[in-house]
This record gives sequence, structure tokens and C-alpha cells, in this order.
Amino acid sequence: MGEVILTMKEIDKSFPGVHALDHVDFEVRKGEVHALMGENGAGKSTLMKVLTGIYSKDTGTITYEGKEVDFQNPREAQENGIVIVHQELNMLGHLTVAQNIFIGREFKRGIRIDDKKMAEESRKLFERLNINIDPNETMSDLTVGRQQMCEIAKAISHDAKVIVFDEPSAALTETEIKELFKIIRDLRKQGLGIVYISHRMDEIKIITDRVTVMRDGCYVGTLITKDCTKDDIINMMVGRVIYEEPKLKSMVPEDAPVVLKVENLNAGKMVQNVSFELRKGEILGFSGLMGAGRTETARAIFGADPKESGDIYVNGEKAEIKSPLDAVTYGIGYLSEDRKRYGIVVQKTIAENSTLACLQNYMAGPFINKSAEKEIAQKYVDSLATKTPSVDQLVVNLSGGNQQKIVIAKWLVKNCDILIFDEPTRGIDVGAKNEIYKLMNKLAKEGKAIIMISSEMTEILRMSDRIVTMCEGRKTGEIGIEEATQERIMNMATRELESGGEV
Amino acid sequence: MNKNTSGAVTQQKSIISKLGGQKFIVLLVVIVLFAFFSIVSSDFRKYSTVLSILDYSYYIVLMSIGVTFPLITGGVDLSIGTGLICYSLAGGYLVVHGGWPVAAGMAVSILFGMLIGTMNGVLIAIMKLPPFLATLCGSMITRGLGSILAKGYGISWPNAAAEGGWFRGIFKMKAGGTNIPIGFLWIIILVILMSIVLNHTKIGRYIISIGSNKEAASLSGINVTFYHIMAYVISGFFAGLASIAYSAIFSTVQPGTGAGFELEAIGGAIIGGVSATGGAGSIGGSLIGVFVICLLKTGLPYIGLQANWQQIITGLVLITAVLVDNFKKRKPK
Repeated sequence: MGEVILTMKEIDKSFPGVHALDHVDFEVRKGEVHALMGENGAGKSTLMKVLTGIYSKDTGTITYEGKEVDFQNPREAQENGIVIVHQELNMLGHLTVAQNIFIGREFKRGIRIDDKKMAEESRKLFERLNINIDPNETMSDLTVGRQQMCEIAKAISHDAKVIVFDEPSAALTETEIKELFKIIRDLRKQGLGIVYISHRMDEIKIITDRVTVMRDGCYVGTLITKDCTKDDIINMMVGRVIYEEPKLKSMVPEDAPVVLKVENLNAGKMVQNVSFELRKGEILGFSGLMGAGRTETARAIFGADPKESGDIYVNGEKAEIKSPLDAVTYGIGYLSEDRKRYGIVVQKTIAENSTLACLQNYMAGPFINKSAEKEIAQKYVDSLATKTPSVDQLVVNLSGGNQQKIVIAKWLVKNCDILIFDEPTRGIDVGAKNEIYKLMNKLAKEGKAIIMISSEMTEILRMSDRIVTMCEGRKTGEIGIEEATQERIMNMATRELESGGEV
Repeated sequence: MNKNTSGAVTQQKSIISKLGGQKFIVLLVVIVLFAFFSIVSSDFRKYSTVLSILDYSYYIVLMSIGVTFPLITGGVDLSIGTGLICYSLAGGYLVVHGGWPVAAGMAVSILFGMLIGTMNGVLIAIMKLPPFLATLCGSMITRGLGSILAKGYGISWPNAAAEGGWFRGIFKMKAGGTNIPIGFLWIIILVILMSIVLNHTKIGRYIISIGSNKEAASLSGINVTFYHIMAYVISGFFAGLASIAYSAIFSTVQPGTGAGFELEAIGGAIIGGVSATGGAGSIGGSLIGVFVICLLKTGLPYIGLQANWQQIITGLVLITAVLVDNFKKRKPK
């Protein structure tokens, strides 16, 4: 490890309802891979967004190459050599690889864009990374893993000195992860400072030199990777929060009826021949890599996206679900991973959001019965322990965990018996996360049937009665919680499907 | 951790937002404008001026009430301007040349408006055309259609003295030699009525939800397509009403006119606080916003600034209103 290239000191940042960063310290040296770890909502991404000028910090200092800096936007950070490779890839699918890499700073010949030169330069970048991608290929034709390589190429083309990888492996297969690690080691050798954000403990041990752990927006500590154990890191991450006990065996009674049955569901490339059953009182975990087709399956079941073929049975009867409206009529509720976009109407009040799915029950003649609406909203604010001064509060002012509770309330008000939770704790801070877990267990106990899509292995193992794995749009396995281990699920979720899988 | 999950932060409400926010500021602007013109010009401060401002405001206000609904969904309705003329011509033709009773002609105007509104709605909500484009086409079609229906000639709805002229009294009552702008009363009633529709009924709530977050509304099981269409049907219905106000105030309706009326209505709504990107707005705000435009239009000539200046100033006022809207919405970075 070389000298310190980047120091962040006492960084503080608040959003309405959330103290996202509480005087956080962080440093990166040249030629090191520095892991930034913590549960969802611990503040890792926020810290990196402050670094690259996506957010402005409230207080604190950032020193980079010996000078104090305060980047106003990602472009400025980029020009100075600090680049993020985002978890969600920011690629324009219909452009070529080279056009993507040089977007915004195209080479020109006269007034014309010089595609040839851009391809040439891209090729040089790929050579430096030791990877083989044709710069003239259309971006959308590449796999997610390859697209990420292009992001990395784009990063180093900025003459980056610090590269931040935000959960780079979330969407990659095992082979692709190995390739990624090779590239990261090369970059380290070239003296770059690498920040590596990930949840996967094994990766941290393999690839990083130091680990900084964050929790609830606070800096917890920094360890030398080779001198610590996995348990050390986990203890620092989890701290005093005691989670719901992991399930050791299924809590579903033997004779619980099947409430939802999906047969040979097809909807585009991402949902191919998916079949499964969901029983009353069961939490069925859906595990897989990003882009495995789990969300697409959920949306197809819910009628949010059109399906090509396949049958859905609700309580034994065939259900014709062509739109979310139909699904809601059958008592199915969908809680999206992207709450702000698909779950709630943020500029409206808690009361208005609570009755969104069944306003017809809160009418007095042609008028909305606002007092009844507030009453039911208040009832669920109380029973879900949503933290808010009143039900007239705009949802935008709530923290992630409380927003999630509003979405849950919406479906409970509608009295849905089948709930599809898509990444139920994404972007929710640690304390609230456990509350959501408790709530889901309570709902299951009361007889609701729950599908839980989750990319967090710990969450899958902690919550599920049974686990279905998917990969590239197909179901690749199914396993009861009694036999499930992290390794087995991981194997199932990355299994290539020559055998056709077990369906 | 407590501080982290302490939940909501109570919003501090300013006095202005308690009084109705942008609506309140715009109302002040209306009062200031009126006072200013009255002080500067002795010709302006006459009852007849007030009367003519009101006369020429009705059809714009009515359009504005209607177009507020598409605007709140995040769309727009450009067809209402030329549409208004078309509906008036269609109804008037049947009355003047077809011998239909005036009431029937009025009904035709309204139904025609709703028909075009439905067409706009279907194109936008089902065929997924951008609202701007769909209603621009609607605007062209109604312009041409109006001329064809009226065979290219102007149509004069019956004047006040003639048989069937009673309908002109809907907006202007003569009592003891003075004209009473009774139309303003209907406008106020309609504004209250549509405010209730917007804020206290399912259709209003859903239209706001569509503008605020269409995907979330759809995934909550709301029939988004239907309510999206309804926003344009309401807009068309009010364009129909506006056409009646227009028929009643003007002696002759000329084919081929009407382009640009919609911009005054839309401009008024936006000045009155309808969010340019949808999701928020009020009918009362739209009403007040239109009066800013009408006052500028009528008042500026009295202080020696002609129509061209009025256009420029209206444009600047609009920009200010949109900037205020953006500023309100800006998220803390």
C-alpha cells in the first residue's frame, strides 16, 4: 500500500427524516483495495455520493491528493480522477461500446464525430484491462458482466486515480466475478486506489486489503483484512441489533392449503416456464442474482407486464390476471423494490396512500370520506408502528423503513392475502429492517402468503420457509429451509441450465 | 440509532402556504395589477371596463378549469382553443340554419367537446401518444372541421332581442338599464364544484395520483387508463361550456379562429399553481391565474402598451410561475 490519496473526515449529511451520515471518516491509499461494508442503509452509497458530488455534504472535509476538494457534480469528480462504477449500469443500450465509453466527450474530426478513433481508443483501454470486447458492438447485446467491464474501461479512460465499485458483483456470474477480480488486481498494481462496496463476505476476504465498516450512518472502524475474521466484520456491521431468529425449519403447517399456483409462466426472456406453489402462511424466498428474472416473474403474476402463456391459480381456481387491477381483485398485493417509483405517491399524505388500492370502501356517496380514510390510516400507523407525527404527513418526509410500512399498510387496508415483497428492506436502515422482518413473520403467522424476492442471502436464510432460485429467467431450484445453506443456494442460483433444472 | 429512525420531520408551514400558497400570491398580483391600472388610467377604472374584462374572461376561465385536469395528469390539452370555435360553429349552425332550438344547439356544443375530449383521451391513455402531439392533432382537426361544418361562413347565434336570444342572458343580465355580470356567479359555482370533484371524489383523487406517480397508481390496482381518459373528457366538456360562453358574448363566430385561446387558459392554470409536470394544482388557482392574463390583456393598452407588449409580459409572467414551481419542488441536494 502506498501513500494516502483520499481522506474524508467528519462527513455529515442529513435528509428529511434520516440522518444518513453521522461524522464519518474514511481514507483510501494508492494501490489498495479498500472494502466499505455495512448493512443496507448503513450509508455506504451515500458516502460515495458525497465524495463524487452527487450529494453535497452538510459538514466535514474531503482531502484528495493533498488538497481540500468539494466536487459539485460527478463530472467534476471524474475530471479529477475519482470515478464510480455504479451498481445500476448507466449505459445507453442502443449505442456502441465505444460511443458509450466516450459519451459526452466524443472525439471529433471537424464537426463530425470520429467513431473510428473512439473505437481505436476503446480497444486500447480493453487491452490495458486484458479483456476482449469489440468496441463496435451494440451495448445491449452484451451480457451484464461485459457491460460492467465497459463501465470499468470508461472509468480508467478518465485517467482515474480512485475507482469506487458499488456492489459490482451483484449481477455477475462466478466466472465473471473471477474476471472482475483479475482486473481489480491489475488496477491495484498500477497504483490506483480502489473502494469496493459489497455485501459478500467471501469476496471481501479474497480481494480487499482493508475493511471499513459503517453502521446506521456512523463510522464503526477499519480493519486489516488479513488480520480479521468474518465474524469480526459481521459483529461490527450488525452491532447491537438483534435480528429475528433465523428460521431453522418451516413454520408452515403440514396441511396449509396452496393459495397461489403458477404453472409454466412465460413473459419474455426474463420469465421462462416458471412454475411454483405458495401456501397459506408461508414465506417463499426468491433468490438469485440481479437480473435473474425474479422481479419480472412477480410483475407478470401481478399483471403489471403482459404474460405470453402460463396459468395462475388463486385458491385453487384459475385466475385471469391481465392487469394490476385484476390481481388486486384476487387479493394479490405487490410491494415493489423501487418504492418511490412504483409503491407510493410521495407527494401525497399517508392517509391518501393508505387507501390508494381500495378507495371505493372509503366513500360517502360520490365523496371521499376523509375522516374514515384518516381513521383507517391511523389504525395501521399504530399497528405497524410507523413513525410519523400524523397521517396528514406527506410520505416524502418519511424514512425508507416508514415508507415501506405505508406500502404494506396500503395492501393490508385492501385486505390482500397474497403479498409479493420485492426486496422488502432495500434502502431501509438497520433498526427498521428488523421491524419489517417481524412484521412479515407476523403477517405469515396470521395466514397471509408471502413471496419474498431478496438478493441478500442473510435475509433469504433468515426469513424463508422455502426457497426458489432463479437464473436468467428460469427457475433453477427449490429447497426447504431445513436443507438450505448459503453455498447451496448460491450454487443453485448460478447454475447453468444444461440439465433443464429441477422444476 | 434513535436519531436515525426517528421518522418524519415535521414540515414548517409558512403563513403564505397556510393562506393557499401560490394562489394567495397570485391573488395579490391580481389585486395589485387592478389597483395599478385603476390608478394610472382614469379610463380603466370604469364599470364598463370591469364588465368587459369579465365578458372576455368567461370562455378562458372555463377552458382553464377543464384543462387543469389534463395538466394535473402531467399532460396538456391543446385542442380546446380551436375546438371551442368548432363546437360553437357546430351548435350554432344547427340553430341558425337547421332551425334547432338554442338549448339543443348548446347541448350539441357540449357533447361535441366531450367527443373530442374522449378522442384525445383514447389516443393518449390507450394508444400512448404523447399528450402534446395527440391534442395538437385534435387542434388541427377541430379547426378544419369547424370550417367545413359552417361551410366557411361565420355563424351568428341569435342576438339578445331575437327568438332564442335568452341564452345570452346567462352570462350578462340586464336589470334596470345596467348590465350585471351574472356569468361570474356561475363561474364561481363551477369553480367550487370542480374543486370538490378534484379534492373530494374518486375521479379527482385518481387523476392527481396519475400525475403524481402513474406507475404506483397502476400497481395499486387503479384503472389508470379510464381515469386518464376522463381527465381529457372533462377538459372537452369544459371546452364545450366555453364555446357557449363564447357564442353568448361575441356576436359572430368566425371559422378558422381560436388558435391561441388554449395557451391563455393553460398559461392561467400554470400561473395559478398547477404544476407544469403534473401531480398538483387547484381549480381556484387556475381561475385566479386566468385573471392575471385577462387583466394584462385589457389593462396594458390603457397605459399605452399594445398587444405585442401584452404577449411579452404574459410570457415573462408564465416563466416566473414555472420557475416558482420548480423552485418549490427542488429537492434538498
